[in-house]
Amino acid sequence: MAKEQAKRKVVRYNKWGYIFLAPFAIVYLIFHLIPLITTIGNSFFENYRSGLKQIGPTFIGLDNFIELFSNPDIWLYTKNTLIMWILGFVPQIIVSLLLAAWFSDPSLRLKGQRFFKTVIYLPNLIMASAFAMLFFTLFSDGGPINSILIQLGILEEPFKFMSNTWSVRSLVAIMNFLMWFGNTTILLMAGMMGIDTSLFEAAEVDGATSTQVFWRITLPLLRPILVYVLITSLIGGLQMFDVPQILTNGEGEPMRTSMTLIMYLNKHLFSKNYGMAGALSVILFFITGALSLLVYKISDKKNK
Amino acid sequence: MGFKKKETKKGLNIHVRRFICYVVLILITFFCLFWFYILFINATRSHGEMTRGFTPFPSTHLLENWHNLLTESKLPIWNGLINSLIISTFTAALCTYFSTMTAYAIHAYNFKFKNAIFTFILMIMTIPSQVTALGFVQLVDTMHLDDTFIPLIVPSIAAPVTFFYMKQYMENSLPLSLIEAARIDGSGEFHTFNSIVVPLMKPAIAVQAIFSFVNSWNNYFTPALILHEREMKTLPILIAELRSADWLKFDMGQVYVMIAFSIFPVILVYLFLSKYIVQGVALGSIKE
Repeated sequence: MAKEQAKRKVVRYNKWGYIFLAPFAIVYLIFHLIPLITTIGNSFFENYRSGLKQIGPTFIGLDNFIELFSNPDIWLYTKNTLIMWILGFVPQIIVSLLLAAWFSDPSLRLKGQRFFKTVIYLPNLIMASAFAMLFFTLFSDGGPINSILIQLGILEEPFKFMSNTWSVRSLVAIMNFLMWFGNTTILLMAGMMGIDTSLFEAAEVDGATSTQVFWRITLPLLRPILVYVLITSLIGGLQMFDVPQILTNGEGEPMRTSMTLIMYLNKHLFSKNYGMAGALSVILFFITGALSLLVYKISDKKNK
Repeated sequence: MGFKKKETKKGLNIHVRRFICYVVLILITFFCLFWFYILFINATRSHGEMTRGFTPFPSTHLLENWHNLLTESKLPIWNGLINSLIISTFTAALCTYFSTMTAYAIHAYNFKFKNAIFTFILMIMTIPSQVTALGFVQLVDTMHLDDTFIPLIVPSIAAPVTFFYMKQYMENSLPLSLIEAARIDGSGEFHTFNSIVVPLMKPAIAVQAIFSFVNSWNNYFTPALILHEREMKTLPILIAELRSADWLKFDMGQVYVMIAFSIFPVILVYLFLSKYIVQGVALGSIKE
């Protein structure tokens, strides 16, 4: 009898689980799930504006996808996005590993760690659009970087950073690197702190150098976190928008070689070409969805 | 670093290694701060001075540049600042409060589909908002919410990343026995949440409030799709307008002051809170 009463009481309490979950559920449904469904829906309709005339919406099946993939643009923009991501990610992971290993090495006893950590995380909080605008002015033809390089005698005349494919891509990569390597360092450090210290002590007793310890113990044990960092960074890289958008004024200069996938999506959204925007969104959704699933699998394994 | 590997068993002398570390760290620090240093210097120099080349010392035209920016440029800067502040503050408040509530629902109660819901939230965590932007814009259109702040604030109630952080934090620092004790004392569930759970979660709420404030403050993609009226625009949109304006005609002093105006407040706040922020990143292994 008492047991049943207790059970009823628990059930009465547990209905509050639903009540507390309700705001999330309602907002998710309205502002996240419905847009997702209508976005997918849009991808099957011809719907754009030609001048002042509105074309569609007419159901056209998979024609938007066929058009999207038969146009070389999407391949160019995918290539651009990946190139700029890799250019930023490779130095990011190398520097982060190095710094994390140093910060967490007890034998080094580095001073001023808090200061350095504060500095390297700082760029992550800067408004990406303002940061990109800053780089644009710094690296413009008459900007301070060119003046400094000329005053130092490195350059004879201003280098046109904004008209060269690889310099624009490199600037984007540098900004992405600056904004994310501090974050990665802190994540990797947390991972390194989690490694059983007896392993390091045993290695020391066996006479291993710190380089050997890093390659033979730290790195293999960090693998799950490294994979996690890699995939989340790739998901972030596919969303690359603010920096190249502001740096090149949405044009992906020169000759659209720094135009990213989301910049392309943004262009379609502004010109109200909803059919193509829908198809592009669906593709990006499935790619990021698959990558997210991978992240989930990894984190799940890590927790176990 | 190549020579380091070829060293004998003992490895490099600890002093040499420490020295290399400091040199690299100082170079990296320089590489991080250099841009902001030039920004600061150039914000204090007049357009004329800047055309004559770069000097590493500040000049005296900061206030003059600021004054010119407010009077000559047509950018509604104060509006932008206030709009950004309103949106970011409300976003941070709603996001942290309701994420705590959602995490509490999963943490403290047992109900049907609880685990399924938890898994679902984890799986949608890394899906970017850009891929649903199209449907979002259409929805905002049909609801006649464009040029309002509601579509920029309210969706943050459902923030999987913040939720996950809160949930992790609760597992370590919110014992269920405490809730049980409150029940025995006759406290209602909602009252328990507000007067016991939320105060206990303060450290986590503070960290996440900073992150969601900064994310919202820096957000450019979504606000640019929703806000069209001049007076409603946020700072990142104004930066974009500055970029697309025929900037050669611009007084560069004004441009630098405008950039400094959107960057330095965040840096200042960060300097005071950096300890908590850096710890916060380490704690929640999932961000972005």
